[in-house]
Amino acid sequence: MTISRRTLLSAAAASSALPLVRARAQGAPTIKIGVLNDQSGPYTNTGGVTSVICTKQAVEEFGNKGFNVEVISADHQNKPDLAVSIVRQWFDRDGVDMLLDVPTSSVALAVQGVVKEKNKVYLNVGAASAALTGEQCSPNFIHWCYDTYMLAKSTGGAMVKAGGTSWYFLTADYAFGKQLQSDTTALVNAAGGKVMGSSAYPFPGTTDFSSFLVQAQSSGAKVLGLCNAGGDTVNSIKQANEFGLNKSMKLAAMLMFITDVHALGLDVAQGLNLTESFYWNLNDRTRAFTNRVKPKTPNNWPNMIHAGCYSATLHYLKTCADMGAAEAKKDGVATVNRMKKMPVDDDCFGKTTIREDGRNLVPAYLFQVKTPAESKGPWDYYKTVVETPGNEAFRPLADGHCYFIKA
Amino acid sequence: MFMIFGIPGPLLFGQLLLGLINGAFYAMLSLGLAVIFGMLNIINFAHGALFMMGAFVSWMLLTYVGIGYFPSLILAPLIVGIFGLLLEKTIISRLYKLDHLYGLLLTFGLALVIEGLFRNAYGSSGMPYRIPSVLQGATNLGFMYMPNYRGWVVLVAVVVCLATWAIIEKTSLGATLRAATENAPLVQAFGVDVPRLITLTYAGGVALAAFAGVLAAPIYSVNPNMGTNFINTVFAVVVIGGMGSIMGSIVTGFALGVIEGLTKVFYPQASATVVFLVMVIVLLTRPRGLFGKAA
Repeated sequence: MTISRRTLLSAAAASSALPLVRARAQGAPTIKIGVLNDQSGPYTNTGGVTSVICTKQAVEEFGNKGFNVEVISADHQNKPDLAVSIVRQWFDRDGVDMLLDVPTSSVALAVQGVVKEKNKVYLNVGAASAALTGEQCSPNFIHWCYDTYMLAKSTGGAMVKAGGTSWYFLTADYAFGKQLQSDTTALVNAAGGKVMGSSAYPFPGTTDFSSFLVQAQSSGAKVLGLCNAGGDTVNSIKQANEFGLNKSMKLAAMLMFITDVHALGLDVAQGLNLTESFYWNLNDRTRAFTNRVKPKTPNNWPNMIHAGCYSATLHYLKTCADMGAAEAKKDGVATVNRMKKMPVDDDCFGKTTIREDGRNLVPAYLFQVKTPAESKGPWDYYKTVVETPGNEAFRPLADGHCYFIKA
Repeated sequence: MFMIFGIPGPLLFGQLLLGLINGAFYAMLSLGLAVIFGMLNIINFAHGALFMMGAFVSWMLLTYVGIGYFPSLILAPLIVGIFGLLLEKTIISRLYKLDHLYGLLLTFGLALVIEGLFRNAYGSSGMPYRIPSVLQGATNLGFMYMPNYRGWVVLVAVVVCLATWAIIEKTSLGATLRAATENAPLVQAFGVDVPRLITLTYAGGVALAAFAGVLAAPIYSVNPNMGTNFINTVFAVVVIGGMGSIMGSIVTGFALGVIEGLTKVFYPQASATVVFLVMVIVLLTRPRGLFGKAA
């Protein structure tokens, strides 16, 4: 065999790289977290950069327990195909171990299979569809702070109790909106109410809801159920006021965040009922968390999704420390199983437990939006109406039909 | 209650009216596009971004300077028009000798840059802009609750559209303009400064977009993406109406607004698609558009 200059060169290059490789292997392992959400569309404020900030907050507070932690993020633009290719790239090329946030149910469902195939960890905070822990469940998955069933039960239940027995739905035409509408319909029917009609509008891209609002008005229903989120909810409430719907119907924003209330302003939003599992002014611990993270996101205070990203990251890192980072990197299912066994405790949601199907049982709070006169300071928006404990707030385990749950 | 096609009459009338309101925006935007295309042969993809700028400038005038809605209706188009003038003078005018495609790519790039800058500075969730107090409230029309402001939008849009049409088709200035597009060297030989005329036409088209932006500000929240939401539909309107036809784009704008409105009653899921369906049908049967002149 003749030794060419190229072989010599590559041999030299390889030998010089060797010590480097070894040094890396001896060093501490790195846990890599990928935050995937909407950073430019209708869900920017409800998740977006503030979710990334809260994730980094958790990493910072967790400190160094013998391994490094790195956080990267990307904008999925609410497109399932784009999200799937980002996630594949993250797992295959960038070595991401845990996928976080992922709002927009259609996107959240689309990446479920990829995470399972690659045996990584998937902690969903931003998406709502209860199918994620039901028919579409996965052993690599935990759903953190809310879902469509819990929203329907808490907000919908309260509306029916207050006499809102006939409903018209305005629904974003994709996985989330449909699921929320069907969960709420089931609840309304069970409570003896009825659904008079619904309009499903194209998502994303609809900004004018006037047509649907006029249809809702002529249906004669008492309640307008908004099965949408983020910027869509803000626009539909604004336009409902413009067309005088707030005088003839009650509005039920089935999914609304404090960030949406902020965008609407209290004079429009006052009196609305909504459900979140976190509010910054709930107790000393939530206030303490908010004060720590507020300087980093002064214009967008944390809502339940942001708090969820913090809480999920913290619990994940504690689990990694408990089982060893190298072990945690190897097996996603084992890590998730360990996370389910360990008690969850943090400033945002207090002590909670994670059920076998991946449902984190956080308490649900029904809030009412304050009037401008009642609000005492910036972001002082909510009055607590009722708290539902975590074990009652969510769909019973047996009703979810998750394939790995044995009845 | 009487029924039409199984839909209560009042509901149908309501939808027709709402369709006209949306149509007003389509008409105003496609009008500017048609003027620019007809006179300059530039496919102005930056139109949506300039529409958005109109809304943002009126929001800035209110927030930073305290200038209200009505002065904004004049000032914002003026400011954005001057911006358009600079854009034409410095960048776009270099492309007249090249294929249409270059103008399209350049303006598309410009749109991305402008929207990106605004998104960076103001975020993407939108700024609220209040309806001026004179136009607040709603009128009960019997079949629906009509917000006064939306009525005002339709009224203003019709006036502006007809005025633009009259200027281009009925005045001597319009005649010179049309002559310049037909045969620029000849018109120049008569002592008309054609490059300046073209610059001013572009600025005029841009000002129309900005004007629509000011009208839209109180209805939709003022956000960097508001132009993108409209621009695809508006291009379809221009294509259906016949590229460069002024009256064509006005009539088609209103008509498509109404068609979209009706789709929202019968099958709302298709409301975003119906415009393009019409476009396909028109292109198959009348490739030059409904009002396009034969070559």
